[in-house]
Amino acid sequence: MEEKVIMAGFGGQGIMAIGKLLAYAGMLEEKQVTWMPSYGPEMRGGTANCAVVVSDDSVGSPLISKDGTAAIAMNLPSMIKFEKELVPGGKLIVNKSLIDVKPTRSDLDVYYVSANELALELGNGKVANMVMLGAYIELTKVVEVESILKAFLKVFGENKTDLIPLNKEALAKGAEAVKKLQEV
Amino acid sequence: MTIVYEKSKGLTDTPFHYCPGCTHGVIHKLVAESLVELGVLEDTIGVAPVGCSVLAYNYFNCDMQEAAHGRAPAVATGIKRVHPDKVVFAYQGDGDLASIGTAEVVHAAHRGEKITTIFVNNAIYGMTGGQMAPTTLVGQKTTTSPMGRDEALSGKPIRMAELLATIDGAKFVERVSVDTPANIRKAKKAIKKAFECQLKGEGFAIVEVLSTCPTNWGLTPVNALEWLRDNMIPYYPLGNFRDFEEGK
Amino acid sequence: MAKVLMKGNEAVGAAAIKAGCKYFFGYPITPSSEIPEYMSKALPEAGGVFLQAESEVAAINMVYGAGGAGARCMTASSSPGISLKQEGITYAAGAEVPCVIVNMMRGGPGLGSIQPGQADYYQSTRGGGNGDYRTLCYAPASIQEIVDYVILAFDKADYYRNPVLIAADGMIGQMMEAVEFKESAHTDLPPKDWATVGTGGKRKPNIINSVYLEAETLQAHNKNLENKFKMMEEKEVLYEAFGLEDAEVVLVAYGTTSRIVKTAIKQAEKKGIKVGMVRPITIWPFPYDVFKTIGSSAKGVLAVEMSQGQIMDDVKIAVEGRQPVYFNGTQGGMVPTPASILADIEKIAGGTK
Repeated sequence: MEEKVIMAGFGGQGIMAIGKLLAYAGMLEEKQVTWMPSYGPEMRGGTANCAVVVSDDSVGSPLISKDGTAAIAMNLPSMIKFEKELVPGGKLIVNKSLIDVKPTRSDLDVYYVSANELALELGNGKVANMVMLGAYIELTKVVEVESILKAFLKVFGENKTDLIPLNKEALAKGAEAVKKLQEV
Repeated sequence: MTIVYEKSKGLTDTPFHYCPGCTHGVIHKLVAESLVELGVLEDTIGVAPVGCSVLAYNYFNCDMQEAAHGRAPAVATGIKRVHPDKVVFAYQGDGDLASIGTAEVVHAAHRGEKITTIFVNNAIYGMTGGQMAPTTLVGQKTTTSPMGRDEALSGKPIRMAELLATIDGAKFVERVSVDTPANIRKAKKAIKKAFECQLKGEGFAIVEVLSTCPTNWGLTPVNALEWLRDNMIPYYPLGNFRDFEEGK
Repeated sequence: MAKVLMKGNEAVGAAAIKAGCKYFFGYPITPSSEIPEYMSKALPEAGGVFLQAESEVAAINMVYGAGGAGARCMTASSSPGISLKQEGITYAAGAEVPCVIVNMMRGGPGLGSIQPGQADYYQSTRGGGNGDYRTLCYAPASIQEIVDYVILAFDKADYYRNPVLIAADGMIGQMMEAVEFKESAHTDLPPKDWATVGTGGKRKPNIINSVYLEAETLQAHNKNLENKFKMMEEKEVLYEAFGLEDAEVVLVAYGTTSRIVKTAIKQAEKKGIKVGMVRPITIWPFPYDVFKTIGSSAKGVLAVEMSQGQIMDDVKIAVEGRQPVYFNGTQGGMVPTPASILADIEKIAGGTK
């Protein structure tokens, strides 16, 4: 198993954070992981992205270049930029709340998730990133949801237990959303 | 037999390499005596510069480091941060401190680094053979200002004591001269106080010492002292610019 | 200790503190700024001092002062900053001041880019500043390795009384990976009786110095330094190598590039091509000798580096003309792709390159 996922959006959407959660969860499950951010002026210009690799074997390149197995696009520029980096049959999870066009490629498995609306249903728009992560994990089963919640406390601090229920619900919302899509 | 004079224990027995009439020797003596009188010689680490006093590490009878050109205040900072309870001093010339190492001394002062700097200003680059210094006077002939320093080309000489006195972290700033016995006594007092400033943990201390370079000025030692009095002191006024005790 | 997920730059700081580094002097620069950021918080907590210097030049000279005063100390920067530090590095080598310098390499020359690069190979392996000197230089390929070699670097710096470099590409600094801080084997090191700490009235003054105005004296000093460098060449070479005896193609790469090469090797093996690899872990001293074990089946040696091919000088010295040598490189922050490396492997194996 080797999952190579790009997560992208604009600054403030919690992109780097869900990347770290996935990498940390993978590590807790004794898998090999890398988390590689974009850095520099690009970062300050408002777009943020990171590449996460979760693998049973040692990870070669931490970068994703035409060999991504999945991408989470939180906004339109991200989708345009990163759909190109996926392998044929790669999974593209699109934040339908902010992206109203379709990807140009026809050889991808595309999933539309209204992440912002689903997050708002939970009363907190900030967890749209967790909705998307939940969708991704449901589709790939790369790590257990339980590991993400364990990682949450590692990444954000052991004193953040009060935030666990909301984030757990957000992950579940995302999972539910893609399950529905798969049933159709 | 009564001992009327003794060489300071703050100096080693290595003979100075300085030219006849050069006042580095006097200034070395004043620093060494101050360290001995304050009882801190054995707890002192000095930093030698690049310039005529590059070999100062052979003369001071304490632990010494030889720094890259202009970097003595940075090197001294490194030492002082490791050994805050020791006395650390930098001994620098005008090219070292006022030209290639301007940033280092300004920022050491700015941080209020608890080090003592002895700045020897003889208005010329001695070791390299008499080139223009940032402190060379307007009209003064050197090997790189053969027609005399041209203000339009090189600007006026830099007054470091005044410049450093504008910085809050500098707690003791004084300009002295070693051209007469009376001035040498004043210089000694200032140098000693610059070390006391450090010992009391006040902040950065610097003494600018007007010095001669008979060899590169092309003057006899006595005439060089006169030249210093007649030309340098009017442009570089002697006196205190900052004193932690007087709150200025 | 359990594994933690850490960014390379932060792991560098944590490793240094683990190694007993108490002083850090630095100046921020991308992509290594998280090192001073980490140190500014963690060092005071560990009873040390973090000082943001006014310049890269001042930072390395503070390191010179602190190292000469007997402390374990470090500075870190990225390529243009490391250029500025060369003055202090050659002085430290000349005055035999131990210190550790981390370079998170980016694209050059000049200001270049902030994206990863490996074009400081010459600077890292040929001295870098003026005069006859070398610096041990580790080129880690993972966060775990950078932690392990930063810790080792402090021991080696003290043992040899010489600056030690860590040359990693910017990706290593920015990437997060799982890392474990192992208890390292204790190295017996001689006391620092040469350090300037004040005579205490008990000994003659210690002098930290690189000036020797008499030619004969300086040459004698140079010879002493040279003996140290020879000892490093004998004892400190580190590398990973596999598959050399029966390889059709041998790859050479270090740092992140070596990981991309490994991905390409897996792909080549699936196509039935036998590929061996030499991964220098020390880029100085370079693992020349292991190239002698390359078997007669080898049709070529292919080096991959994020540069114009600086490593090729050493590869050619190592190969001694036994095999043809090739280079695959990227510059400016571009990163080699497994596909382009695979294409080269296929060409060399197929005799079309």
